[in-house]
Amino acid sequence: MKEKKIESLAKEKRREVLKNLRGLGARLYNQMDNGVFPWIKMPSRSIENIFYSPELRQYILGDKTVQRSARNIRHIRPFTQVVWAGYFASELARNRKTSTLRDVYYSAQAYEIPFKDQPESNSIITDLETVTGFSREDFNVFPEERSAIFGDLTIEYTVPGYEGKQLDLMSHPDGVMIGPALTSSEFVKTKADKVIAIEKGGLFTRFIEERVHKKFNALLILTAGQAPRATRHFIHRLNKELKLPVFIFTDGDPWGMHIAMVIISGSANAAHLRELTTPDAKWSGVWATDIVDYKLPSDALTEVDIKRLHELERDPRYKGELWQREIKKFLSIKKKAEQEAFSRYGLTYIVDEYLPAKLKETN
Amino acid sequence: MVTFEEISPADFFYRNRDIAGFTSPSRAIFSSIRELVENSLDAADVASSPPQIYIRLSQEDAEETGLETGVYTLRIGDNGSGVPARHIPSAFGQVLFGSKYKLKQTRGTFGLGGTMAILYGQITTHKPVKVKSSTGTSKTYEYKLTIDIQRNRPIILDRKIHRNKKQWRGTIVEFSLEGDYFRAMPKILEYLKQTALVTPYANITFVDPRGRLYVFTRATTKMPPPPKETLPHPYGVDVETIQRLVCVTKFRNMLDFMHKHFHRVSENRARSFLEFAGISERKDPRKLKPHEIVKLVRMMKKFNGFFPPDASCLSPLGEELLKTGILKELKPEFIAVSQRNPATYSGHPFIVETAIAYGGEIPKKDDILVYRFANRIPLLYDEASDVSVRVIKSMNWRRYKVTPDMPIAILVHLCSTKVPYKTVGKEFIADRPEVKGEILNGIREVARQLQRFLTKKEYVQKEKRRLTIFSKYLPKIARFSTDLAGKEKEPNIEVLLGSVKKFEGEED
Repeated sequence: MKEKKIESLAKEKRREVLKNLRGLGARLYNQMDNGVFPWIKMPSRSIENIFYSPELRQYILGDKTVQRSARNIRHIRPFTQVVWAGYFASELARNRKTSTLRDVYYSAQAYEIPFKDQPESNSIITDLETVTGFSREDFNVFPEERSAIFGDLTIEYTVPGYEGKQLDLMSHPDGVMIGPALTSSEFVKTKADKVIAIEKGGLFTRFIEERVHKKFNALLILTAGQAPRATRHFIHRLNKELKLPVFIFTDGDPWGMHIAMVIISGSANAAHLRELTTPDAKWSGVWATDIVDYKLPSDALTEVDIKRLHELERDPRYKGELWQREIKKFLSIKKKAEQEAFSRYGLTYIVDEYLPAKLKETN
Repeated sequence: MVTFEEISPADFFYRNRDIAGFTSPSRAIFSSIRELVENSLDAADVASSPPQIYIRLSQEDAEETGLETGVYTLRIGDNGSGVPARHIPSAFGQVLFGSKYKLKQTRGTFGLGGTMAILYGQITTHKPVKVKSSTGTSKTYEYKLTIDIQRNRPIILDRKIHRNKKQWRGTIVEFSLEGDYFRAMPKILEYLKQTALVTPYANITFVDPRGRLYVFTRATTKMPPPPKETLPHPYGVDVETIQRLVCVTKFRNMLDFMHKHFHRVSENRARSFLEFAGISERKDPRKLKPHEIVKLVRMMKKFNGFFPPDASCLSPLGEELLKTGILKELKPEFIAVSQRNPATYSGHPFIVETAIAYGGEIPKKDDILVYRFANRIPLLYDEASDVSVRVIKSMNWRRYKVTPDMPIAILVHLCSTKVPYKTVGKEFIADRPEVKGEILNGIREVARQLQRFLTKKEYVQKEKRRLTIFSKYLPKIARFSTDLAGKEKEPNIEVLLGSVKKFEGEED
């Protein structure tokens, strides 16, 4: 039995976050104490400053920085909001509470610095991420979307009231939600030797029913469409800390491809963050070539699909041979297929035939 | 068969009362009040004492008649110069009799207005007019008159002489007329308000038929200097004027005739003009033949050696009184006034006064509010046709930072010995290029001052907003930073707040 006891990463992270926020506060405090309008310098997140790094295999921010000063009448409001967000994050960390982006939006109103709308509030949180270099999940701020995990992994909670409590992620047949508690948990032990991420809930349930976790010795993760950042970070940890290879199954269309790509190489929106990507993860299907090879029932590509494919073709993340080949194939057959299309060969075909073949092919 | 008959002036105006502003029962009541108030103001100007005017309008047929028009009694009293006893019957009972035929600026028009109102009252009610007046002597005179319309003669029904112990001076006129007060009310009240604005040294009291009291109190006792009488200017005379002068002149040669009868014609000027016109200096003016008179008038207009008329015959309000009047009636936040230098059109001197006011009690409309005055008379009708309104409409107001939603009033006052009215109704001023140019320049001048005010106001508001923003956010930054840094005491941000204060001591 393979058993791993991992060092308490979550506690460590919390200390770092608090230290960083204290540093930010002290910097601003000293500026004001010295009769200077407080200011913050941070990497620019403008399009011109976002670059793809082939070494890191993800988007990163360039050297351009922006300076926000409270002296500037146009900056002072967002500036105040960022400082407040820092204060809010430190309150969450100190009290070991979690929150959501929606919470943040409403909480600001109590301090008479209301946000105009949710996007403004989200953008301030992104500013705080950029200033501190931590992701919002590190500040215990989570988005509303949730995804799930099922498989042979025992975790130990670090959230208040559950500290030291362990959970076997096979204990619930619907899977366990990847929420704040799971994200901040520590990995205790696993027998699995791979991770399979699945785009759609129907297939995730089918895999559990068909005992894919046993047959393939895998942890199953439902991304539920585009994987939330917490899930991407969780996959990253499974890959980094437990050294598990990751296989991703999506629909056979440009959108499915991109769900896989964001797990692998991340998004431009998160160029200021690390530890959200899993560069060694594999997209295992459904490929355009699968549509042909398995004679899958398919739909014609729409104009939007085709436009998207042309965009992806030029995207630096899609430079790899597999990606370019599949994009060209999609464009030539002008067809797409959903994961459920395998049902035409019977409900278990995908597990009995397709999955082992693809795992082998992409490993 | 066509018959010709001569009609008297009274008869003429009786038949053509429309042109004198008596078109309808509501217009008639407005015009009556207006004509008599203006006579009273002129009388006070002559007496050089700040006017005190009392107007009372009461309805005689108080019981419900079911008709819109009713019979009213109008009583107007003033503290003006008073009318000498022997002139009272003619002044109030004869059309085209008056003291206004010499060349100087007065409010009334042809000595027509006041009597016209009385004439209108007589033909609609068949009742006599009562006039009481004193020039401040030991006696007051009280007359009861009617007008013999066909003969244009006053008929004295009654005459009383009282002892004037208190040395009262002034005139009280009371007569009945048919009218429609309720329809005329908005215009009457607007007229009184604007009169009070342009006559800030007058006390005006009005009791209306509902018993409501309107009081316009003077804000100063300073009056503008009275206008002087002048001779006609050669550019402004016509053949008829020369014809009359020729009949009455006591001068026996053309040199003296030109020099003595005309405005700003020196002996030298007269000499060079006569040479230009080819008329002998020694010619007896009484012997001028009709075609010579026509030629003389034509040459007068052609000759460009005459001095322009001077403006001593005009009585502009002056920037100070204009300001006083506007401040009194509109209570604006900002005001700029301007008096242009005298100018002439067709030999008639004129002066344009302009003012612009912002805020205060000026209502916010979709457009600029325009107050028009001619010889201190408010012009209330036909605004759209007036030269001032056209000038204002033609200007690019955005250049002056003016937007349509701003509460702005512009005042244009034209003084002249002959106001270039476009119609006999005398409600709007024609587009004379000289007049138009002066009005445009006058408005531009005050508009520039308004622009400076608006720019500054905008700046101060912006700065206030700035400071508000800094005072709102800096303390929060201080508070959150203190908490984040784990400190006890917040940093002192007063220095920072002080440094963003760009202006000090601005009024709120």
